[in-house]
Amino acid sequence: MKNSETAANGHRRFYGHGIPHVKCGDLAGKLIVVEGADGSGRSTQIARLVDWLETSGHATVQVGLKRSTLVSSELEKAQEGNILSRTTLSLFYATDFADQLDNIILPALKAGFIVLADRYIYTLMARDLVRGMDEAWLKNLYGIALVPDAVFYLSVEPQELVQRNLSKNATLDYWESGMDLGMSRDMFDSFVKYQTAMQSAFRKLQKTYGFTIVDANRPVGSITKELRKKIRVLLAEK
Amino acid sequence: MKTFAELNFSGRLIAVEGLDGSGKSTQIYLLKRWLEAEGIKVYFSEWNSSELVKSATSKGKKRELLTPTTFSLIHATDFADRYERHLLPLLRAGYIVLCDRYVFTAFARDVTRGCPPDWVRGLYGFAALPDITFFFKTDLEVSLNRILEGRPKLKFFEAGMDLRLSSDPYESFRIFQGRILEQYIAMTDEFKFVVMDANENVEKQQVLFRKLVSEKIDLKKFKRRSPLPLPPAIPGTNKTQEVEGDLAAA
Repeated sequence: MKNSETAANGHRRFYGHGIPHVKCGDLAGKLIVVEGADGSGRSTQIARLVDWLETSGHATVQVGLKRSTLVSSELEKAQEGNILSRTTLSLFYATDFADQLDNIILPALKAGFIVLADRYIYTLMARDLVRGMDEAWLKNLYGIALVPDAVFYLSVEPQELVQRNLSKNATLDYWESGMDLGMSRDMFDSFVKYQTAMQSAFRKLQKTYGFTIVDANRPVGSITKELRKKIRVLLAEK
Repeated sequence: MKTFAELNFSGRLIAVEGLDGSGKSTQIYLLKRWLEAEGIKVYFSEWNSSELVKSATSKGKKRELLTPTTFSLIHATDFADRYERHLLPLLRAGYIVLCDRYVFTAFARDVTRGCPPDWVRGLYGFAALPDITFFFKTDLEVSLNRILEGRPKLKFFEAGMDLRLSSDPYESFRIFQGRILEQYIAMTDEFKFVVMDANENVEKQQVLFRKLVSEKIDLKKFKRRSPLPLPPAIPGTNKTQEVEGDLAAA
């Protein structure tokens, strides 16, 4: 079944079985996801959206990858040593996601908050797809996830991403460069190759999950404007 | 799902399943001692023992942070780590791998906690099936008595307290174990469990256990080229010391 782009209230559902004992009808808030690579402007846009939403009187909560109470520090440690095999790393991230879903996202939505997710299951799935994991297995795994009200994918050309990352940190992140895949020993090359592969994985996922692709090669202000416009429409639906 | 033999692995995996107090850990320990004495390449792996995942699991349990979904996922993470880093290479290298609990423990517990059966099975879809799975089946009362006799302090999740079955840990444990037993029984045909009468005495069970294993697996194929010295038993524990390296290769 091709699924709809958003889950307007009343049509709220999980991608699969969802979470035991949780009823979707009780979830009055909105779940807004911002996806994109490091350097795509995710955090900047989320900060601006939070400002705007709170000034307009909406309560917000933020979640993101590797932020769970349960496993975030262990996950960090395991990644430093790069000792986890791919299935293990994948399940570790899924645990981190599920912890935040169960303990933050669902309760906040129930309380009528707007939840802003700095990346969601799509980044996790894209990473695993690039690493050759089975798509059906991933779909089953993330059947626990709630279908968001909106998903914005900030798309930036890999060549531009590499420039932004270097101007910000003067170095490229090991994982964001996909160095574990051995595509190239040269970090610059590997980064571009990996991010190109990630983008095609996202395009593949877009066909199934139907998120909104936002051209994030543009100036920060014009992106914020576009996001606000789309979110305003979403908030008007009741 | 296929077994390791069907997937042409040179090693074989034997799993034991059953309730706490079914005596399965004693039985697999004795099986290990015998196989070692026979000079067979054998490795023993326990449920919930990956070093990497341990601190997260114990934090989650101590602070009662786990939901049915995260409980399930964190155990799957632990299993994946052991599976990919230990079990698979050993099975490629022609070991007999003995597992005290395998995926069926997750199937039984997670479903009892309310996770959908096909979701849980899908999670473990990366794992091959054991070549033989022994189900140590006791009457519920027998295994409960073995565990509860000394009135031990039951841990929160171990007693299934998260299911809110009863505010009394002992009563909760009884109900929880009863439900898990039902799950095991329901899986028996589907996964071709070899059912062992675990109400029997230890020695009788071990004789039968060894007989069944040697009938189903041609053990002489798994011998070391030259024998290793027997690892000493550590007094007071159910464990033998691991002897590092294969002397035959030295």
